[in-house]
Amino acid sequence: MSDIDPITLWTVIIGLAVGSFALRFAFIGIMGGRTMPDWLMRHLRYTAVAIIPALVAPLVVWPTPTGGEPSLIHLAVGCATLAVGYFTRNVFAGMGTGAVLLIGYLSLFS
Amino acid sequence: MAITTTSAAFWKGFRDGAPFILVSGPFGLLFGVLASEAGLDVLTATSFSMAVFAGSAQFTALQLMQEQAPTVVILISALAVNLRVAMYSASLTPYLGEAPLWKRAFAAYFTVDQSYALSIVQFETGEPLSLNQRLAYFFGTNGLVAPVWMSATVMGALLGNQVPESWGLDFVLPLAFLAMIGPMMRTPAHVVACFTAIAVSLPASMLPYNLGLIVAGLAGMMAGAQAELHLPPSGRKDVTPAQAQETQA
Repeated sequence: MSDIDPITLWTVIIGLAVGSFALRFAFIGIMGGRTMPDWLMRHLRYTAVAIIPALVAPLVVWPTPTGGEPSLIHLAVGCATLAVGYFTRNVFAGMGTGAVLLIGYLSLFS
Repeated sequence: MAITTTSAAFWKGFRDGAPFILVSGPFGLLFGVLASEAGLDVLTATSFSMAVFAGSAQFTALQLMQEQAPTVVILISALAVNLRVAMYSASLTPYLGEAPLWKRAFAAYFTVDQSYALSIVQFETGEPLSLNQRLAYFFGTNGLVAPVWMSATVMGALLGNQVPESWGLDFVLPLAFLAMIGPMMRTPAHVVACFTAIAVSLPASMLPYNLGLIVAGLAGMMAGAQAELHLPPSGRKDVTPAQAQETQA
C-alpha cells in the first residue's frame, strides 16, 4: 500500500471539512423553510445506499490482500457480513461476523 | 420528568445521547487504526476527524485516497455519502432555524446521525420546548458522542502504529462498509438501489479515474427512485394519494 501524497491528503481533508459543513449549513443557515422538489429528494434518499455498495463491490470481487485476484473466501466473508448486517439490522453484528470468519480462515489456512 | 430549564434540556439530551458512544467509540477507533495503516500520523488523523466529523464520508475518502483516485472524485464520492446530513439540516430547520446565525453555524457542525435522530424525535413527539431549550437539547445529544469520536480516533491512530503489517487489515474497511449497508436497506427500493449499484460497479470499475463509482452510484440512485415510484410502498410513510394511485397503476 503506497503512502498518500500530502497535498492530496490535505486538499481532501479541507475540501471535505468545507463541503460537509456546507451540506449541513445549507438548509438551516441559508435555505430557511423552502422545500426541495420531490424528484430530487426521491433521488437523494438513495445516495448513501448506492454509493457505498458501488465503492465496496469491486473491493470484494478483486480484493487488495490477494493483489486483486478474485478469491472465494473474501467473496464469501463479504456476503456473510452483508447478510448478517441486513438481518440483524446491527452494524457491529455484521462486522463481528466478517472479522471472525476472516481471522478464522487466515489462522487455519495461511 | 418535565424539562423546565435550558440546563435541564441540555442534560436530557446528554443522557439520551450517552448510549450512542457505543457506536461512535468503536467507529472512531477503527478510523484511527485504518488511517494510521494508510500512513496518516496521529495529528493528521485527528485533524481529519475534527474537521470533517462524518464517519462514513471519512472512510470513503480514506479508501479512495489509497486507490490513488483523482482528488475531485474523492471529494464528490465522500460528499455524496454524506448528502444525508443536508436532509437532516432541512428537517431541523423548522425547530432551530430562528436561532442566531452563529448558533445555527455551531448546530450545523454538530448535525450527525445521532444528534439528528434523537432531536427530531424529541421535537416532534416530546413536550413543547422553547427555542433555547431545543438548542440545548440538540447540543446535549453531542455532549458525549463528539468528544468520544475525537478521542477514539486519537487512540485508534496510536494503536495503529503498533499493529504489524502482517495482520492484513486491508480487508477490514470493505467489511466495515458491508456491515453498514445492511441496516440501510430499510425498504425494497433501498435494496433495489443497493444491488443496481453493485451490478453496475463491477463492469464500471474499468472506467478511468474511479469514475465507475460515480456512474454506479448514480445508477443506483435512479433505480431506487424508480423503484420507490413503482413498488408497493411497504415501510414508507410519506405516501401522498397521487403517489399511491401511481403505485397501483
